[in-house]
Amino acid sequence: MAGPVGSRPAPGGDLPEHPDRLWRNPEPKASYDVIVVGGGGHGLATAYYLAKNHGITDVAVLERGWLAGGNMARNTTIIRSNYLWDESAGIYEHSLKLWESLEQELDYPILFSQRGVLNLAHSLQDVRDSVRRVHANRLNGVDAEWLDPSQVREICPIVNISPDVRYPVHGATYQPRAGIAKHDYVAWGYARAADALGVDLIQNCEVQGLRVSNGRVTGVHTNLGDIGAGKVALSAAGHTSVVAATAGIDLPLQSHPLQALVSELLEPVHPTVVMSNAVHVYVSQAHKGELVMGAGIDTWNGYGQRGAFHIIERQMSAALELFPVFARAHVLRTWGGIVDVTPDASPIVGLSPVENLYLNCGWGTGGFKATPGVGWCYAHTVAHGEPHPLNAPFSLERFVTGALVDEHGAAAVAH
Amino acid sequence: MSQEFRTAQGGLVDRGTPLSFRFDGREYQGFRGDTLASALLANGVLRVADSLRLGRPRGIFAAGIEEPNAIVQIEEPFPEPMLTATTVELYDGLVARSLRGHGRLADRPDPARYDSTHAHCDVLVIGGGPAGLAAAATAASSGARVILLDDQPRLGGSLLGAGEHLDWVDTVAAGLAAADETRVLTRTTAFGYYDDNHVVAVERRTNHLGALAPAHLSRERVWRIRARQVVLATGAHERSLAFADNDRPGVMLAGAARTYVNRYGVLPGRRAVVLTTNDSAYAAARDLAAAGVEIAAIADLRPGADGWTVARVHGEERVSAVVLRNEDGTEREVDADLLLVSGGWNPVGALYSQAGGRLAYDPELGAFRPDGNCRQALLVAGAAGGSYDIGVCLAEGAAAGERAADAAGFTARAIVLPETLDPAGTPPAAVWTLPGGDAATQFVDLQRDVTVADLARATGTGMRSAEHVKRYTTAGTAHDQGKTGGTLTSGVVAELLGVEVGALGTTTFRPPYAPVSFAALAGRDRGLLFDPVRVTALHGWHVSRGALFENVGQWKRPWYYPRDGEDLSAAVLRECRAAREGVAMMDASTLGKIDVQGPDAGEFLDRLYTNLISTLKPGAIRYGVMCRPDGMVFDDGTVIRLAEERFLVTTTTGNAAAVLDWVEEWLQTEWPQLRVRCTSVTEQWATVALVGPRSREVLAAVAPGLDVSRAGFGFMTWRDTEVAGLRARVCRISFSGELAYEINVSWWDALALWEALIEAGSAHGITPYGTETMHVLRAEKGYPIIGQDTDGTVTPHDLGLGWAVSKKKADFIGKRSFSRTDTARPGRKQLVGLLPDGGELLPEGAHLVTGAPQRVLGHVTSSYRSAALGRTFALALISGGRDLIGQTVWATLDDGLAPVTVTGSVLYDPEGTRRDG
Ligand SMILES: Cc1cc2nc3c(=O)[nH]c(=O)nc-3n(C[C@H](O)[C@H](O)[C@H](O)COP(=O)(O)OP(=O)(O)OC[C@H]3O[C@@H](n4cnc5c(N)ncnc54)[C@H](O)[C@@H]3O)c2cc1C
Repeated sequence: MAGPVGSRPAPGGDLPEHPDRLWRNPEPKASYDVIVVGGGGHGLATAYYLAKNHGITDVAVLERGWLAGGNMARNTTIIRSNYLWDESAGIYEHSLKLWESLEQELDYPILFSQRGVLNLAHSLQDVRDSVRRVHANRLNGVDAEWLDPSQVREICPIVNISPDVRYPVHGATYQPRAGIAKHDYVAWGYARAADALGVDLIQNCEVQGLRVSNGRVTGVHTNLGDIGAGKVALSAAGHTSVVAATAGIDLPLQSHPLQALVSELLEPVHPTVVMSNAVHVYVSQAHKGELVMGAGIDTWNGYGQRGAFHIIERQMSAALELFPVFARAHVLRTWGGIVDVTPDASPIVGLSPVENLYLNCGWGTGGFKATPGVGWCYAHTVAHGEPHPLNAPFSLERFVTGALVDEHGAAAVAH
Repeated sequence: MSQEFRTAQGGLVDRGTPLSFRFDGREYQGFRGDTLASALLANGVLRVADSLRLGRPRGIFAAGIEEPNAIVQIEEPFPEPMLTATTVELYDGLVARSLRGHGRLADRPDPARYDSTHAHCDVLVIGGGPAGLAAAATAASSGARVILLDDQPRLGGSLLGAGEHLDWVDTVAAGLAAADETRVLTRTTAFGYYDDNHVVAVERRTNHLGALAPAHLSRERVWRIRARQVVLATGAHERSLAFADNDRPGVMLAGAARTYVNRYGVLPGRRAVVLTTNDSAYAAARDLAAAGVEIAAIADLRPGADGWTVARVHGEERVSAVVLRNEDGTEREVDADLLLVSGGWNPVGALYSQAGGRLAYDPELGAFRPDGNCRQALLVAGAAGGSYDIGVCLAEGAAAGERAADAAGFTARAIVLPETLDPAGTPPAAVWTLPGGDAATQFVDLQRDVTVADLARATGTGMRSAEHVKRYTTAGTAHDQGKTGGTLTSGVVAELLGVEVGALGTTTFRPPYAPVSFAALAGRDRGLLFDPVRVTALHGWHVSRGALFENVGQWKRPWYYPRDGEDLSAAVLRECRAAREGVAMMDASTLGKIDVQGPDAGEFLDRLYTNLISTLKPGAIRYGVMCRPDGMVFDDGTVIRLAEERFLVTTTTGNAAAVLDWVEEWLQTEWPQLRVRCTSVTEQWATVALVGPRSREVLAAVAPGLDVSRAGFGFMTWRDTEVAGLRARVCRISFSGELAYEINVSWWDALALWEALIEAGSAHGITPYGTETMHVLRAEKGYPIIGQDTDGTVTPHDLGLGWAVSKKKADFIGKRSFSRTDTARPGRKQLVGLLPDGGELLPEGAHLVTGAPQRVLGHVTSSYRSAALGRTFALALISGGRDLIGQTVWATLDDGLAPVTVTGSVLYDPEGTRRDG
């Protein structure tokens, strides 16, 4: 029944209290100490920590479209740190710790919700891999539990744990501290805080080339003219390979479309975040009430931000396998981002072959959760001219030495 | 009961078929042909929702898919969240209720079926209004294959609401129905426009039948249509204006009111004020007046009109009066229960935009419309392109139909179009916000409760992009995805920022154009059809013997065969004992098999495998390892040389498809000059492993023509022969360390072979075994399972398979990586055996650490109880493992650490004495 006139907002119907001022819209200066290329979450966080942690405030973030309109605006916002390898656990756990106080740090309601993440296991080998990850996580100080199917059901009653489905749920890993946050608000929080510290956020400014002389970067060419820079920090996600190529750097990245979708607003049904690789699903119910779901990666390469339809159909079959109650929910909107994937599916964060040019890319399908952590470490890398210990393993060099951090093959869990 | 707002006659509803339904707990009646919205209006129910954020009462606002307010929850016959009452066809027994922003999912399983289908055509026409009908009829006259889609239950589009030219519609519809190559799909919404003219649509097949829907029919069907040419004739949606209290129930789009009167025979109110920026509202006013609605005032916002605008609207639950204001500030309160608004029309550009086309702002039109430069093979006709005159729409439609047919290679004929009046009238004005009034009640997005004040707040923060404002305010993110509010929002934001609307642009349109159910998209790919179940030719036998199954890739493999009361552990100990002491057999048919042929087959396999294959003699078998370019093991298996130019390669069960993809990728993209053909023959050959010290006797009994002697049939060779009277290929290979054979026969003969072996082995107690026993047997011998003992970070050397890496070959996939510093580093993780000191069974996945100070070494990859060893053991990957042999390390258990002794990985028969029996 319709409620009384003027009653309180329905759950999730209210808007958070956004601040009244977010950022200036300055004209670019002739040069900066540091130029960050790409105003996604990573670029904005990096600019913020450069100013906040290192006192470097003569910084511009150059964004070719609207701030945080790339993958930052398109991801499914899953945050977790239960990665297999020590190197990954290091940076993602650092990030998760930062998430836990980010709302206060930025003084922005980012809707960070530690509702836990379940990673389902659907085969005997999934179980082995999952138990292995739980043991690895615990040794790294990351909270992790192995749950049997009935425990899975206690945490998320709508998961179909019946043995009759095609790939029954054998159990799950559970990270209680994991969760979701509102991506836009995170970006705006960083943007506002960086702007307040003096960082220039420049939108509709596309970097079309890097200026390099004597093996050293000196600035950038943009559609708004040339801008000089002492240091240039790339953070252009799916387009990093394109920008780096202008300095003659051939990065081991493949860019693919990755799609996601939302349903209409629904009464609460899904209390946590569920991810499954075998039955490819990752889904949560956002604070407003919509189901947010990621689809599989499109296998072809491209920069088009358009995925193919059969990927969405496949996604829905998988969703209904695990969540039959979703049958009559409706897809309201689908979209695609461009994810930059390295051969070992781990990021590249560190130095480049060109002096004073830094790389942050290759986060592929899972870099949202890293936003605070990578901003922190990348800022350190740029400020000191050498990697922070937490991103040192993620060097470009590793593709030469073979010291890969292969979450792909080993953990087979993305996002 | 009374339907007091139903007109005495007229409309397209079937007054002879009354239908009963419930809304918010009350019983009503409507007619077949009604929507839920029209039936509610007929009963005087206009207020249908409270708004999400502010809880303000809201009424039916539109008459179609664009409705922002009347979003309802269906409860019976089956719960479905968030449907627009304006598109729900009424049926007997419908139970629905209003909701406040959130729908509810059923807590019981959906019994309905869903499916999908493909269609191909020369010309796809989307939209069955005047332009679409003219296009489809013209294209169909050429003999081209034409598909016409329309989301309504009947053709006609805007003509249904206008009540015009319906005879022509019927004639055209009849002609299309009779045309051989033409398919007309009503109740079908095109919701996605992908690359290469791939249009996807959903057909609602049984919804309108309610509880009478036949269970065997799919409820919804997804059409995946590939069209040579597409004609978009998707029409236009009317939009509102931003003025104070523009959300009151009773404020309705003028065109919607016209539709309610003409199509449904329903009066949306008794006394109306009209507010408009264009001529279309006059047609609405005329039709409403003719049906008996009193038109109290018309406020025309165009320059040259008399200067009245709407200042405020009174009435909480329903409009009671409209306050008009003159240019000089004079106000006039007009009693009315209806305020008809037309803020102009927006061409429905969603599909055009999805197709990759750009929507450009047309200042004359005051709207965004297709710019005409889409890269796909499509044409736009009628209101979808911004032409609102009926005669023009018909002509554009006919022309588009002709051009599309022509582009597809057909010649169309002219069709008969109805007589229409010359276009005449006054151009529209582009107006967004009306002056004065409280910006906090000037709504731009009714569903998300977004007002002009909210937009102003967003632009005040420094936001300059339409996308930011959308995300800050949530305007355009609701169920209607901004169908009525989107352009208005852009207009108001442009005004606030002082920029051109065209420069600001709209937010992006994405699929789906209208919400589509998850179930429709999933179609039939659910349950067992989610992923095909693959079973071997012996599956029935395994089932009948009570085997439990393990999913391995898509295959169901017997896991173990418990006898009365046995658990996994007991059954596996028994099965293992049989294999080590007597004879046992396993269905190994799921192993991937690829037939590799061609003059360069040997060369190709040399590049693919780490070891040398080309030197293999016909008649011989070699074990091989494949790596990725990073030097990490990808798959392993045996290679049989059948002839000079022909090999049979086996892969692991789970990786068979990936390996075939892999070899094809290399052949097709890197080495196209190699003359090699690869064919999967996994399902042509059934394979039975016959294992154990007595296996030779059993084989001899069923293969009298085969010399099974140690000397006559050496290890790693194969023979073509007859087994149990069946043509068979027998290989002497062993994955257990025991004397063993793999017997391959045609898939069809598998059961005959299997039963013959069972019979021949019965005297020796022949025992079928499953994957678990297979795993234990191979682990006792230290043979790794790729994917279990490896994880994509393990080299052949790490596994102790360095002997299988050729030092002689010039190159092979992965070779270069073995010299990389990290890959060549000593102390990498290596495969070793573990013997738990306390005899416990280590959990697979447990980690291994050194004593204090604790350092992590690696993890347990496999762990079993061994009948042969009389104890538990494990395999593990640990750093510098081979150097730790003989030392104690610690395994992480849930409740602490357990000491284990590191051993070599071969725990059983290290000398290999059992291999030849
Ligand atoms: C559908 C989808 C779902 C995802 N789900 C998750 C998830 O659940 N959890 C998770 O952790 N991660 C997820 N991700 C990944 C995550 O979104 C990305 O890894 C992360 O956002 C990348 O960092 P970013 O925010 O800086 O990237 P972006 O937001 O893409 O920022 C890069 C910016 O660079 C700009 N740019 C590019 N080229 C230039 C140029 N030449 N000049 C100037 N600017 C330029 C772009 O416009 C863009 O704004 C998902 C990604 C997608 C697409």
